[in-house]
Amino acid sequence: MSKQAIEAIVAMGEAVIQNKELLTDLDAAIGDADHGINMARGFAAVIDKVGGLSPETDIGTVLKTVAMTLISTVGGASGPLYGTAFLRAATAGQGKQTIDGASAVAMLKAAIDGIQSRGKAVQGEKTMLDALEPALAAFEKSVTAGKSLIESLDQACLAAKAGAESTKTIVATKGRARYLGERSLGHEDPGAVSSCILLQAVTDYCRKQQGTV
Amino acid sequence: MVGVVIVSHSAKAAEGIREIAAQMSQAGQKILVAGGTQDGGIGTDAMKIAEAIREADDGDGVAVMVDLGSAIFSTETALEFLEEALLPRVQIVDAPVLEGTVSAVVQASLGGKLDEVVASAEEARDLRKK
Repeated sequence: MSKQAIEAIVAMGEAVIQNKELLTDLDAAIGDADHGINMARGFAAVIDKVGGLSPETDIGTVLKTVAMTLISTVGGASGPLYGTAFLRAATAGQGKQTIDGASAVAMLKAAIDGIQSRGKAVQGEKTMLDALEPALAAFEKSVTAGKSLIESLDQACLAAKAGAESTKTIVATKGRARYLGERSLGHEDPGAVSSCILLQAVTDYCRKQQGTV
Repeated sequence: MVGVVIVSHSAKAAEGIREIAAQMSQAGQKILVAGGTQDGGIGTDAMKIAEAIREADDGDGVAVMVDLGSAIFSTETALEFLEEALLPRVQIVDAPVLEGTVSAVVQASLGGKLDEVVASAEEARDLRKK
């Protein structure tokens, strides 16, 4: 299953790289115009690093590799934020070779807690958390109700997208966007969008694995 | 002496601040920089910061100066990778990076303890220019 974890991560990386310009444009509107560039650079390094891991590597170690790579190659705030997220998920996934629904919920929750404690933001402040928190809530609800992984991931993606969309209505008080104040209204938070891209990539990968389209 | 680490999104900025502060320092004062990314671009790198903190410590601890928001995130992430014994001797300083570094270096060079160095540097928040 680690082989699949590695493939899922590569899929995430490729999705980010494909969306490099979109993310950069969003960040040009309300930031320092480097989110796409930074994330693409970070995930290109991630793809390279995880590609060198053996398929027997446990999931915790795979995720830790992602974390350390992002931390030292992304450069902007997303480096320590996503890096910490993957680090916390790694701890939750330590020693595991397979992941069930409950573990996936625990890992996503740990990741989000990491982002909150690192970035000191909460939902509603126009950050990546505005995509991730609703995604977790929807995912957990679905898993607990006994729905399939794909269905649960679909719910997570829908919630994440709605959350990212809602950031248009929030005035930024975190990150570089806060320098723009009211002018940040009407613009989606780039971090919320990259979170959506990552979740969608994992979902698309899992769907392909299942053989359904 | 308390060591000082300058964390900046820019390697040039960190080095420039180091140069200015070094003029106020005594022999043996460690002032390390951790500016920019691995490939010399704008940004911060937690591993680079952790390395600088280790180098800056000679037992008396380290005051870490930071510029903008994500420099703090990277520095806090760096703390997670430090040896447990070193951690209690490291403090992030809540002060403007250039002025705070100068204050920190002056105080450290005078033999100030870590708390004193940090307090002195944080007074830089109140420096008026007009």
